[in-house]
Amino acid sequence: MAITSYTAQELMVAVAAREISDGDLVFVGMRLPILAFGVARNTHAPSARGLFELGLMRDQPAASFLATMGDPPNVVSALWATRMSNTMALMAQGEVDLGFIGGAEVDRFGNLNTSYVGDPSRPAVKLPGSGGGADIAILSRRWVTLMSHEKRRLVDRVSFVTSPGYGDGSPGWRRRNGLHGGGPAAVVTTKCVLRFPPDGGEAYLASVHPGVSEEEVRAETGWSLKSAPDLAQTPAPSDAELSWIRRLDPDGHWTQ
Amino acid sequence: MTIRDAVERFVPDGSSVVMGACLEPLIPFAAGHELIRQRRRDLTLIGPISDSLFDQLVGAGCVARIVAAWVGNVSEGLGHCYRRAVEKGIPRRIEVRDHSNFSVSLALWAAAWNVPYLPTVTLLGSDILRTNPTIERVDGLVHVQAVKPDVAILHVQRADAAGRAHAWGPMGLAEEAGLAAARVILTAEELVGDEVTLSDPNRILLPETKVVAVVHEPGGAHPSPVQGHWRRDHAFYRDYAERSRSEDGFNQWLTEWVLAVPDREAYLARLDLDPLRVQQPRLSVPVDYGDN
Repeated sequence: MAITSYTAQELMVAVAAREISDGDLVFVGMRLPILAFGVARNTHAPSARGLFELGLMRDQPAASFLATMGDPPNVVSALWATRMSNTMALMAQGEVDLGFIGGAEVDRFGNLNTSYVGDPSRPAVKLPGSGGGADIAILSRRWVTLMSHEKRRLVDRVSFVTSPGYGDGSPGWRRRNGLHGGGPAAVVTTKCVLRFPPDGGEAYLASVHPGVSEEEVRAETGWSLKSAPDLAQTPAPSDAELSWIRRLDPDGHWTQ
Repeated sequence: MTIRDAVERFVPDGSSVVMGACLEPLIPFAAGHELIRQRRRDLTLIGPISDSLFDQLVGAGCVARIVAAWVGNVSEGLGHCYRRAVEKGIPRRIEVRDHSNFSVSLALWAAAWNVPYLPTVTLLGSDILRTNPTIERVDGLVHVQAVKPDVAILHVQRADAAGRAHAWGPMGLAEEAGLAAARVILTAEELVGDEVTLSDPNRILLPETKVVAVVHEPGGAHPSPVQGHWRRDHAFYRDYAERSRSEDGFNQWLTEWVLAVPDREAYLARLDLDPLRVQQPRLSVPVDYGDN
């Protein structure tokens, strides 16, 4: 029987899971991406592997709920338990196909701010910081960020670039600045999916989630957003995706 | 040695201290709380991420400088004391040297190898280069200056009295932290004989020559997890996040869980520990070190 009701977070997890290709080495991160990795591994990407920056590699998702990547179930049956610098070594060599980064603010060129809102010397808000975000943004082959779609989060230009996307948006910005990885592939929000041109630059609206209008997306976006010529509706989560999400997050801690 | 003695002897005011080197697990909260009880001042805290411990030390007024990639509450979000300190100077102004996880590791490896900096490509294009004077762009690379801590405080599963620690699970940057630091304080779930530690020398985390204190402190990492011993106490982090939202709420929390508590044993007596204990052992297969 088809499951017809799902939350925005469940849809985001499903969209994020579809970004993982079979065989990928994925720098997983925290929260929704942990679920996305588990979903992908058990649907379309059975040979994907996950890398966790504190020093873990694993294939199957953990047997019980994870509030953080360091919870003991994530270590049981790991493929590798090691030091953080070894996971960074793989990423520095271009071995990480896809990374996930959480963000407080993203701008039209895919730059993320998780450090300061306002002048860093007198910030209005001090955010926690990069964590591994800047490393993923610079060194993974491509990356995806997930966030709540609010005007204060999707801004024209971030005031502080913690994790660089396509910089000032000019052609070849990443290459000119020596950044190894390819940059952001998608911004998955609670309302839509934004993507970027193949050689970087400005984010455009690629698909709108079911039940959300294009106008609603624009009203909550801090720049004048361009749409893809083939603008689509984001496919709803499949039954298989939803049942895996609910198995991995049984109490809906991250997805309800 | 007790944690009280170890902090008194080896962590004076103004020290630079690595804690939380393994990221989410094995965070030496008992040692951090002792720093607060002894009213340490002007500390520099060094770490990758800090799951609430740095926030607590900042809120208690112990800290002058943060050298870290992330300060907050991993499962709950922002660090409210950290915000108050940086945004409003409450309870005091602190200096922040922003890093990424990779760059903190490199800064410690540089100190461990006794070189002034290590070159890397990470942080190219990040504004962290703009705010942290110890990380600079040179000839298309990033030079991360060495960070040499006075002391690394590490919680481990077991250690012997001579300072040989066995730790397992993800190790974060514990090795470079211990090698870079002038001295290491261990807090351990179990104090064991050297017949245990020396039976598996590959598992010994650091050279015993670095270790100045071994403290038997079961539960010393609560609420963070310890593989094979303790689960993460998610509810405790949630409660801390809620109560630390206001300055008053934080101060009440601090009195209740740190200032009015003489030591870790008394702290643990206030908790329902059974649901947090790991129930099922999962032993690894021993390795064979023969010959002789």
